[in-house]
Amino acid sequence: MKYIIAIIQPGKLTAVHDALLEIGITGMTVTEVQGYGRQKGKSEIYRGAEYTVHFLPKVKIELALPAKMAAKTIDVIKTASSSGKIGDGKIFSFDLQEAVRIRTNETGESAL
Amino acid sequence: MVKTILKYSCLVGAASLMASPAFAQEAPAHSVFILNSLLFLMSGFLVMFMACGFCMLEAGLVRAKNTTMQLTKNVALFSLAAIGYYLIGYNLMYPLGTWSVEGVLSGLLPVAAVLEAVGVAPDKVDDISYASTGSDFFFQLMFCAATASIVSGVLAERIKLWPFLLFTFALTAVIYPLQASWKWGGGFLDGMGFLDFAGSTVVHSVGGWAALAGVLILGPRIGKYKDGRVVPMPGANLPLATLGTFILWMGWFGFNGGSQLAMGSIGDVADISRIFANTNAAAAGGALVALALTQIFYGKVDLTMVLNGALAGLVSITAEPLTPTLGAATLIGGVGGMIVVFAVPFLDKIKIDDVVGAIPVHLMAGIWGTLAVPLTNGDASFVTQLTSIFIVGVFTFVVSLIVWFAIDKIMGIRVSEEDELAGLDSAELGMDAYPEFSR
Repeated sequence: MKYIIAIIQPGKLTAVHDALLEIGITGMTVTEVQGYGRQKGKSEIYRGAEYTVHFLPKVKIELALPAKMAAKTIDVIKTASSSGKIGDGKIFSFDLQEAVRIRTNETGESAL
Repeated sequence: MVKTILKYSCLVGAASLMASPAFAQEAPAHSVFILNSLLFLMSGFLVMFMACGFCMLEAGLVRAKNTTMQLTKNVALFSLAAIGYYLIGYNLMYPLGTWSVEGVLSGLLPVAAVLEAVGVAPDKVDDISYASTGSDFFFQLMFCAATASIVSGVLAERIKLWPFLLFTFALTAVIYPLQASWKWGGGFLDGMGFLDFAGSTVVHSVGGWAALAGVLILGPRIGKYKDGRVVPMPGANLPLATLGTFILWMGWFGFNGGSQLAMGSIGDVADISRIFANTNAAAAGGALVALALTQIFYGKVDLTMVLNGALAGLVSITAEPLTPTLGAATLIGGVGGMIVVFAVPFLDKIKIDDVVGAIPVHLMAGIWGTLAVPLTNGDASFVTQLTSIFIVGVFTFVVSLIVWFAIDKIMGIRVSEEDELAGLDSAELGMDAYPEFSR
């Protein structure tokens, strides 16, 4: 099993969600987050004074899925969330040790 | 087509009015009294709603952690002004010719305001040729409260509640009414020929001077000026700030329109109409100039400056909303908008931390508006305008400085560093504006 975390532009969430539904991904967790990478925030002007917004708003999508679906899922997220510009975000993938469906006590892939 | 019919029916209406002797030339005294009082009451509640405008503007431009405190200050100052103006202010401002120091200090003191009797008879009213005392008191009180509202925004996010309210009492009971008596109470500035129709100087710059004195003693917010750089502290809620600006814009029709002080003749009603139209034109001019200039200078429009620009346009036209043409009013307001765009960064450069931009809007545009009167009104003199601005400015600034200084020595006007960083809402009030969001 794999655990995928994707940090994307907030405006791309709908497109990513639609694309994931299309390939049969049935669940995800979405969080509004703030952060920066190489972009190091951006410069804005408020009432004539320039300042740097260090932490930019992003959306974090978390997915747990069978290992065989990971490559395709990452590819779909990448395609759907890309604008080709700085600040598009990152996708991380982890090996997932265990999953438990709380209601039924199912474990492993059948709990996903 | 519709227009023609309307025009025709108007003509018929006018003809039938002319036929009736009651409407020949001059309206009867009762009508003048009733219509003038009505003007004061209607304008008064428009100006009252400006308190809401100030409150929303400030709530929008402070950070979320200081919202409840800013709302509290606005409600409290408005209420306190009602007491200060009732107990001392009204009779200090309107000596009705009874001076203890001719043209400078009212002789009616210390008498609290008294209204006409219940169901007063026409021959018992205070002034049948003017308006009811109740309507006049109500209308003038709203101006006094507006002056106090100007101060709260500048000092936001770091001043303690009670010292601020103490100053508000001094401002609304004494400082504002005393200098207002020099012009609107028939005092020496009025005698000199100073013209300030609705108060670019008497109201707006006075609020600005009082706030400037306060901010010099109070100092900037922690972290605002760091290593020679300005650190912006963006407001929490721009929809509220915009709502507040529109409310002020609307209230200004009462502020300027009501200052015609008469609605009993065709000429007066036509003048009030001119004032409404000019007031709106000036606000539009101020907003558009700020819109254009921030685009040019910063590459992006700054909404907060556009809001300030509209208000600066309104303040600019307040000294003379009657005589300008619509075009002149737009330009006078436009200069106000320009003042804002330059003055806001300038104040930051000299480390005067004005949270909402009230000093550029009310003080600087107030001075400009007062100086602009001779441009469209031949009765005004540039030198007299300048002299009056100077006298009112020095008086208000020096007295305010003394009062702020005294309050600071007695009880301290600034919250602790810890409280300021935590936010006044939780530190001073223990009540967040948006508890569901922040926890």
